[in-house]
Amino acid sequence: MTKQIVTMTVNGEKKEVLAEPRELLIYVLREKMGMTGPHVGCETSHCGACTVEIDGKSVKSCTMFAAQAQGAEIKTIEGLGSPENLHVLQESFKEHHGLQCGYCTPGMITRAHRLLIENPNPTEEDVRFGIAGNICRCTGYQNIVKSILSAAAELNAAKEAAQ
Amino acid sequence: MKDEVTREERVTKLKGLGCSRKRVEDARFTQGKGNYVDDINLPGMLTGDFVRSPCAHARVKSINTDAAMALEGVVAVLTAKDLEPLGLHWMPTLAGDKQMVLADGKVLFQGQEVAFVVATDRYIASDAVELVEVEYEELPVIVDPFKSMQSDVVLREDLDPKAPGAHGPRKHHNHIFTWEVGDEAGTNAVIDDADIVAEESMYYHRTHPCPLEPCGSVASMDKVNGKLTLWGTFQAPHVVRTVASLLSGIEEHNIRVVSPDIGGGFGNKVGVYPGYVCSIVASIVTGVPVKWVEDRMENLMSTAFARDYWMKGKISATKEGKITGLHCHVTADHGAFDACADPTKFPAGFMNICTGSYDIPIAYLGVDGVYTNKAPGGVSYRCSFRVTEAVYFIERMIEVLAIEMNMDAAELRRINFIKKEQFPYHSALGWEYDSGDYHTAWDKALKAVDYDGLRKKQAERVEAFKRGETRSIMGIGLSFFTEIVGAGPVKNCDILGMGMFDSCEIRIHPTGSAVARLGTISQGQGHATTFAQILASEIGISADSITIEEGDTDTAPYGLGTYGSRSTPVAGAAAAMVGRKIRAKAQMIAAYLLEVHDDDVEFDVDRFVVKGAPERFKTMGEIAYAAYNQAIPGLEPGLEAVSYYDPPNMTYPFGAYVCVMDIDVDTGVPTINRFYALDDCGTRINPMVIEGQIHGGLTEALAVALGQEIAYDDMGNCKTGTLMDFFLPTAWEVPNYETDFTVTPSPHHPIGAKGVGESPHVGGVPCFSNAVQDAFRPFGNRHTNMPHDHWRIWKAANDLGMHD
Repeated sequence: MTKQIVTMTVNGEKKEVLAEPRELLIYVLREKMGMTGPHVGCETSHCGACTVEIDGKSVKSCTMFAAQAQGAEIKTIEGLGSPENLHVLQESFKEHHGLQCGYCTPGMITRAHRLLIENPNPTEEDVRFGIAGNICRCTGYQNIVKSILSAAAELNAAKEAAQ
Repeated sequence: MKDEVTREERVTKLKGLGCSRKRVEDARFTQGKGNYVDDINLPGMLTGDFVRSPCAHARVKSINTDAAMALEGVVAVLTAKDLEPLGLHWMPTLAGDKQMVLADGKVLFQGQEVAFVVATDRYIASDAVELVEVEYEELPVIVDPFKSMQSDVVLREDLDPKAPGAHGPRKHHNHIFTWEVGDEAGTNAVIDDADIVAEESMYYHRTHPCPLEPCGSVASMDKVNGKLTLWGTFQAPHVVRTVASLLSGIEEHNIRVVSPDIGGGFGNKVGVYPGYVCSIVASIVTGVPVKWVEDRMENLMSTAFARDYWMKGKISATKEGKITGLHCHVTADHGAFDACADPTKFPAGFMNICTGSYDIPIAYLGVDGVYTNKAPGGVSYRCSFRVTEAVYFIERMIEVLAIEMNMDAAELRRINFIKKEQFPYHSALGWEYDSGDYHTAWDKALKAVDYDGLRKKQAERVEAFKRGETRSIMGIGLSFFTEIVGAGPVKNCDILGMGMFDSCEIRIHPTGSAVARLGTISQGQGHATTFAQILASEIGISADSITIEEGDTDTAPYGLGTYGSRSTPVAGAAAAMVGRKIRAKAQMIAAYLLEVHDDDVEFDVDRFVVKGAPERFKTMGEIAYAAYNQAIPGLEPGLEAVSYYDPPNMTYPFGAYVCVMDIDVDTGVPTINRFYALDDCGTRINPMVIEGQIHGGLTEALAVALGQEIAYDDMGNCKTGTLMDFFLPTAWEVPNYETDFTVTPSPHHPIGAKGVGESPHVGGVPCFSNAVQDAFRPFGNRHTNMPHDHWRIWKAANDLGMHD
């Protein structure tokens, strides 16, 4: 199948890849760009392990063609923090035992990141509803919810302190 | 030198047993730097994909691979004919049966592996799968084990119908085994004479562990050095190496099996799948690495299912409610091949724990395994071998007996619990329960939820419902479970002949840090965190200075892997024992350095001190350094040890759960208002990790009880092969759980720990189910089968005339 050049910005870096029109974004990210943070769990948009952020929206990259991301701004878990300076959510998941096997974690944190931008003061119900597109088989969600609520509080406190 | 740090501070710094140490695994997982099988990308690597059968039972008339082979990028298409010369077209299962790797003349379930396409990328492989032409001649399909035992249709034509199977004589050509424990005649006599007898039949439906990461492997045959490396989703990497060696003829030292990070297992990743074998063969044939990773549908349709037990019970009691006998018969649907992962001598796992937490003087269990046209498996989904089935059975029988006697089910449990002073307790079906204090746990649980108050509220709700003031009814789900984990003693537990010991090896480095390796493999349990805590307390080196490694058979000592909650009871014990070996040598070194007799020093947190003179001491750091830089008379240099631990018994964690639920009788929607879980797993290593395990296990229990199932139609089509149909709860459906505990250490485990990962699942399924059933009890319900999805709950209400 004829390949085409797809240009996108991934975690702030301009990237150019050759991809067939049928290639899914998740595979291009994982196999052509080395972003193995987002995972494949179902390929049907149910589990959310492949969640990335595209132009300010949470998107399941297993059901989108790479070609559809032409010109898009993409953020993956790899772009969220650095080993020296973890994102508040990453710290919070560690602190509150919000993960076990780690397979859903990149998608879950990426989703939580967007959720807190859209709703900086979520209730527990908001969080539960907001991550209902991301499945975790290990934690029973209780500590994930706790991690996200705690991160929200911390982000808000930091914002207040800055003002 | 004066010690400025207090003893308490030294203990804290150790991060040993009992503290909620944060997990060391989390740094990589939160940054997307985990390393799972599908993340492995080797130069020149090819991708494999399966042609799978659309039919549940058919003869394979022909396979034409010409069109597939003609596609650019396709390197090979393997069929049974290609594997036959290597003797790899069939493989042994862990249950003593054999299973087709690729369809050999016929297919026996929908989704069965027929041919393996190897191509330069996943898309080409997928295209080629479509181009393989397979001609099927359909055969009659059997999806019901009872019909299977009556049918003239022979499912397994490869087996001699007259010859015994792996577990003794077979009654019928579709029969696998009969397994009996206990005294049937005696039990029947007691039941026949009893004041009260309750009988019930229940179906524990087929479901699937469905870890978020599907199964997969990467095989790389290095022909220059004659070495095969196999990465894969293996809960038992050492066993996989042994099996790979036996199957392939490659000597075991030339095979390296690696389990990298595993995205959840829950029993699904214990066995060996055709994909693993095909990736190995394909790498040998092509000379380059070959990756196989299944998709979700393949995972649900073809890898190991769980449960599918038809259970028939009789329980007898005195007028006062004292249980006198228990009879249980199971018809076990194993699908097309017997691919359970139970210890060899236990074809129905530890189903004979079905007398539960109760002092039942006489009992009998009989299990008949049967072949059908369904996917093979029968693994233990988040439980020790068939223990979820056993606990569900007894916890339902107790409820049914309570109904029969018009008695409160909590009280019925209380008067039948094994008493604290009866431990070690010998059960009627052959187990020796190590320790327990059930009454204390039960009383604590009932008090915590205000049980009497709940019953009052429930009675008020029943009245309100009858008056037409509400359409919502209330259920109080109770369960008290005893798990049996930590398989197991080599004298009676083995898998493919390998005794079920486990191991730990440790090397202390000169500067006082260490690396320890174990025969288990974490799939999310946090072993790198918790095993280091056990070692820290035993050897006095901070857990932060101990690296834990598992899963690489070239470096880790042989062990049987992680499933059946065996890591803490067995490998955790090995860790404690290896620590004690280190301490024994460290004591001699310390005594030499302090110029006193060995017996004159004692261990204290992180050092050896001279008895009666605590200011004279050597820290473990100093001792480690001395082990490498001093010539100590009579001692070898270095500080390392290995322990292979053969447990003297299983461990028996237990717990008391209560679920409070509302049910809308018109929509069938249950709402969980409260879930209280008290667990006793003996000595607690890391309370934070324990709590996390309980949340997760309960959620998987909620899934199974309230909707998750693998269902087939009469044609053998799998109706629940995607996450659209197969229920995995989201954050929206799951409640917050209240956790609690008591501590009854195991008397035979070196640190008294019992294991906890599976308890919440084992206790949780009956608790959720009992809550649903209890809500309907005042309206005449006795028993309805799981899963209690909205439709089935609605139907239960309808059958009881609640919609009239």
